[in-house]
Parts: sequence; C-alpha cells; structure tokens
Amino acid sequence: MTTKTLTKSAAGTRFMPALFAVILGLGVITLTGHVQASALHDAAHDVRHATGFPCH
Amino acid sequence: MTPHMTCVTQPASPATKQMFSRVLTSALFAGAAAGLLIALLQLLFVQPVLLHAELYESGELVHFGGEAVTAHPDLPGFDAVRDGLSIVFTMLTYTGYALVMVALMSIAEGMGHAVTARTGILWGLAGFVTFHLAPGFTLAPEVPGVAAADVVDRQIWWTATVAAAGIAMWLLAFGGNLVSYAIAAMLLMLPHLIGAPEPETFTGPVPTEIGALFAARAFGIGLAAWALLGCFAGHFWQAEAKQAEA
Repeated sequence: MTTKTLTKSAAGTRFMPALFAVILGLGVITLTGHVQASALHDAAHDVRHATGFPCH
Repeated sequence: MTPHMTCVTQPASPATKQMFSRVLTSALFAGAAAGLLIALLQLLFVQPVLLHAELYESGELVHFGGEAVTAHPDLPGFDAVRDGLSIVFTMLTYTGYALVMVALMSIAEGMGHAVTARTGILWGLAGFVTFHLAPGFTLAPEVPGVAAADVVDRQIWWTATVAAAGIAMWLLAFGGNLVSYAIAAMLLMLPHLIGAPEPETFTGPVPTEIGALFAARAFGIGLAAWALLGCFAGHFWQAEAKQAEA
C-alpha cells in the first residue's frame, strides 16, 4: 500500500515537469530551426544549414 | 458573511517544484555550455565550407564555366553580427534539445535507470541519431544553393522522421524485448523507404566536392555536439540533485 502510493507520487512528480520541458524545448527548436519569418531565417541561416534543418 | 473560496487546481507539491527547477536548470546549463562549444566548432570547421559554397550560390565563382576555378579562394573572415547571431542561435537550439533530453532523462531515472555524465554520452548518441543523422540520411545536410523540394514539405518529413527515430531510440534503449527492437528498426527505416520530398530537377551550382565536405563536416560536428550535450546534461542532472539535497 505504502509502496504503491510512493511509486505513484514519484511518477506524478516527474511527469508534469518533463511534459513542460518537452513542450518548451520543442517550441525553442521550432523557433530556431523551422519558422520561416525572414528575420528569424536570416539570423539562424548558418545554424540551420550546419545543424541539418531544411532551410530554404 | 465571507465568501467561501475553493481552490480548484491543487498547488504543486514541493517535490514537483523541485523537479521543475532541476529539469530546467540542468537543461539550461547543459544547453548553453554545449551550445557555446558547438558554435565555436561550427565556426571553425563548417562555416568556411558554407562560405565557400556561397561564392558559387551568388555566382561569384562558376563551376564548369569554361575556366578552371581555384579550390582555395579567399573567404570572408569573422563577421561579428552574422557569426555572433550564429553563436546565439546554436546555444538556443541546443538548449531546446537539452530541455527535451533532460525531461526524458528524468522519466528514465524514475524508471530506475542511472543518469550520469557517462551514460549521458549514450543519450547524446541517441539524440544525434534522432535529430541529425536520421533526417540527414535522406535529406542530406544542404550547402546553400542546392536544389531542394518545397521547404514546408521537407519540414513535415523532417519532423515525422525525427519523431519516428526518437521513439525508435527509446525502444532500443528501454524496450528490452525483440518486438520493440523490430518496431524500432521499422521506425528507423520507414521514412527512408517512403522517401523525402525531392526537387524536380537538379540546379545546384556548387561543386560536388564542397557539398560532400559540407555534409561530412555537418555530421562530424553534429556527433561531437550531441556527445558533449549528453555528457553535460548527465553531469548537470546529477549536480542539480546534489544541490537540492544540500
């Protein structure tokens, strides 16, 4: 009983922070790697080529 | 009479708050530190090849134009604005990768797997395969000026391939049975069997020697980058745990 409760709460402790970090991380990657707005594209141009994102 | 107030959302527990700050802090440290080193490596090894290709993209040099062209033209040097932006965006990109990686590390640790600087190198290799090698296996790293299909179509294929490869690497690491290994192999191969969006015709003005060198350098630096990122993420993940205990 105690073990079950502990395991459940440990998983809950990790899930929300992990979900938040994944969403934030994917948002940052989309912004630096994919968004085609010209100011962003020009600033990130060399990085997109070097890091293997589709650029133009 | 005082209005009766109820709290609908439960406030986060102290343990959850601590986990939030541990994930965010270690990802920020690892991403920024690795990103800075990687940006310098890219400027040293990848940027000269890219600048060389741009001389052909702009038409300043012409391949097979009648006259033989030197393979060692003068290249522009360090450009504070352009290269400075590259450094910032490399740090941002690798911080994005680090956020995803550290989040998954925390889940893996919750499943009972040790996460350290040493195992972090394996995480880095898995990240390299997921975000760089898998999409680049068919959409090879592009020098400026190459012919390519519509960018949105390629981005959709890139995203799907990265997602498939990410699931595959997780299954390879933690699946633990033949069925999950078989699914992982299928997920790794399928996007390339389906094929990526390709251009109708080849119009790239850049010599193949430069294109090949660029792809090799991009993958080489990518591998170094991810090994560093994984190692740093594992290190800071442990360092932040010690900090929280102290």
